[in-house]
Amino acid sequence: MSLLEVKNLHVEVEDKKILNGLTLTIEKGQVAAIMGPNGSGKSTLAYVLAGKDNYKVTEGDILLDGESILQMPPDERAAKGVFLAFQYPVEVPGVATMTFLRTALNAQRKTRGESEFSTPEFIKLVRDTAAHLGVSQEMLRRAVNVGFSGGEKKRNEILQMAILQPRLAVLDETDSGLDIDALKIVADGVNRLRSPERSMIVITHYQRLLEYIVPDVVHVLAKGKVVKTGGKELALELEAKGYAQYTDEAA
Amino acid sequence: MNAEVRAIKTPAEQAIAESFARARGTLPGKGALAVLREDAFKRFDARGLPHRRVEEWKYTDLRALMRESYPLAAPPDAGAKARSKNAGNVITGVDCRRLTFVDGAFAPELSNLAPEAGLTIGSMADALAKDDALVATHVGKTIATDDAAVALNTALMGDGAIIRIAAATQLKRPIHLVFASVSQTPSSAFIRSLIVVEKGAKAVLIESHDGGASQVNTALELVVGDEARVDYFKITQSRALHVSSLLASVGARATFNTFAFTSDAQLVRNQNFFRFAGEGSTIGIRGVNLLRGKEHVDTTLLIEHASAHCISREQFKSVLDGESHNVFQGKIVVKPHAQKTDAKMMTRALLLSDDAEADNKPELEIFADDVVCGHGATAGALDPGLKFYLMSRGIYEKEAEALLIQAFIGETIEEIAHEGIRDALMFAALKWLGARA
Repeated sequence: MSLLEVKNLHVEVEDKKILNGLTLTIEKGQVAAIMGPNGSGKSTLAYVLAGKDNYKVTEGDILLDGESILQMPPDERAAKGVFLAFQYPVEVPGVATMTFLRTALNAQRKTRGESEFSTPEFIKLVRDTAAHLGVSQEMLRRAVNVGFSGGEKKRNEILQMAILQPRLAVLDETDSGLDIDALKIVADGVNRLRSPERSMIVITHYQRLLEYIVPDVVHVLAKGKVVKTGGKELALELEAKGYAQYTDEAA
Repeated sequence: MNAEVRAIKTPAEQAIAESFARARGTLPGKGALAVLREDAFKRFDARGLPHRRVEEWKYTDLRALMRESYPLAAPPDAGAKARSKNAGNVITGVDCRRLTFVDGAFAPELSNLAPEAGLTIGSMADALAKDDALVATHVGKTIATDDAAVALNTALMGDGAIIRIAAATQLKRPIHLVFASVSQTPSSAFIRSLIVVEKGAKAVLIESHDGGASQVNTALELVVGDEARVDYFKITQSRALHVSSLLASVGARATFNTFAFTSDAQLVRNQNFFRFAGEGSTIGIRGVNLLRGKEHVDTTLLIEHASAHCISREQFKSVLDGESHNVFQGKIVVKPHAQKTDAKMMTRALLLSDDAEADNKPELEIFADDVVCGHGATAGALDPGLKFYLMSRGIYEKEAEALLIQAFIGETIEEIAHEGIRDALMFAALKWLGARA
């Protein structure tokens, strides 16, 4: 069975139709890139997978392990293994990063009927993971994302992903706002998490990120649906020719 | 001319007048004090209970809210004292000198009266009866106000604490004034306290109110001497109709911090009058109010920058659930000669329910030309973007809300310098949040 099946999905945001019959299948262990021009619905797909509440599904379904997740609140989807790395991670003043990570991890484990992590186990897990991503102890003590640079915020997203160990990670323009060094650190963190048990959707505008996170499959999104699917060479073709052919085709 | 002709009294106003007529002969204090009471009562009686057309009471219409006035509380018996044992337990884990007041009356047997150098403690009722020198110097003189609730308190003041902290004294531990309303019949208490912190002295003071279905009108005159440092906490977790007045005068080069914490209350009016009486002082006025059900909490501040080179910081946060109502009125007055005043006021309300109401009214009245003054006010719901972020990580909705609320009020509670009290109030806030889930 495929891990994720998005079937004929129609989504409206504030009465504006964004997704227009999107169909997409992600296999277990697969890394799928989703590329497309601005306004094609890439971020909407990311949010609707994570369960943001002002995104109205008017038709279609999203199945995870064959089960519809449309009625599930975001916390339940997270416990089932869905993780969204935000394009713009929000600042949460007053909530220390460590508290946030522990609350999240233990809530997911509790929902799944697993035992909670003890404090020493948890601290060790976070320290080891943070070290790989160049996330300092000082950052962990600070409030979530408050005063972090763009690169630090993105690294913090990947840190959360590494701690929470999702089965389906959706990376929404994780490359935006990153210089080449930061991009390499983030891509390295993502690659370390590749596994036959984990699928990833890598949403990006540019081919550059895909040089570091090499996808198994590339889907092109235009006007709210998938208009072309191909191998990693499709990304290079897009880089050379641009998106115009697809936006015209879909029109 | 808009002088009000008040021929008709409400039942509560009539009952108050009868209480005063019955008690005037037996209330403590003769001579000048008796005159002070009579004058105060006349001032109250001329205008009656404050109501919505009195600007300072616009959002807390006491005349409408106070349907009746209960008789003055009887002196506490052994049973009442026994019921007061757990009062003030919100402050746990802090070694305090506890002074307990049962239905407004000082209970020496429930108080720690061990001598300490530089500290004088007494009962206000005794001090009024003896016409103590401290009473003669300060009572009714700390702040000039024509507020009706203060006038009523002065007319009917019964007991309370009278404390003097001598010059240069550093108190070994905080003083905790524990006020318990435990009367089993509806009653009213008019509590009056006076605390004089002399030059260069240092003190941490806590006032807590617990208890039941009574009416409490409490007033504290607090004199902060030159170069003194005072941290004052007022914790209100009382189901009484609670009207409280802080009248504080701050000397030169002094540091004065106040923190008001209110939760699980019913109808609270915390009015605070501050006056900078000397140059170069700093006042921090902060507070957190947690409301649910039909609770009503009103914080009203009047800060008079009457001296130059003074700093005031006001920061209040309220969290409102259910059909609760929070009122914040903060007025900063800068007198013409109070140059180099630096005053900043911020009030923020977090509304958890569509039926809750927050009224924020900041005011600046500036008569000096070389000052820095600012104020801000916000009212809003929890940020849905933040909530989604937390929930997308698997955090349950209620827990995500609790974290965000905790962060919201934590910012203000974190400002408390005293670690033990800070922890105790954070714990009290978490307990309130826990009851939401």
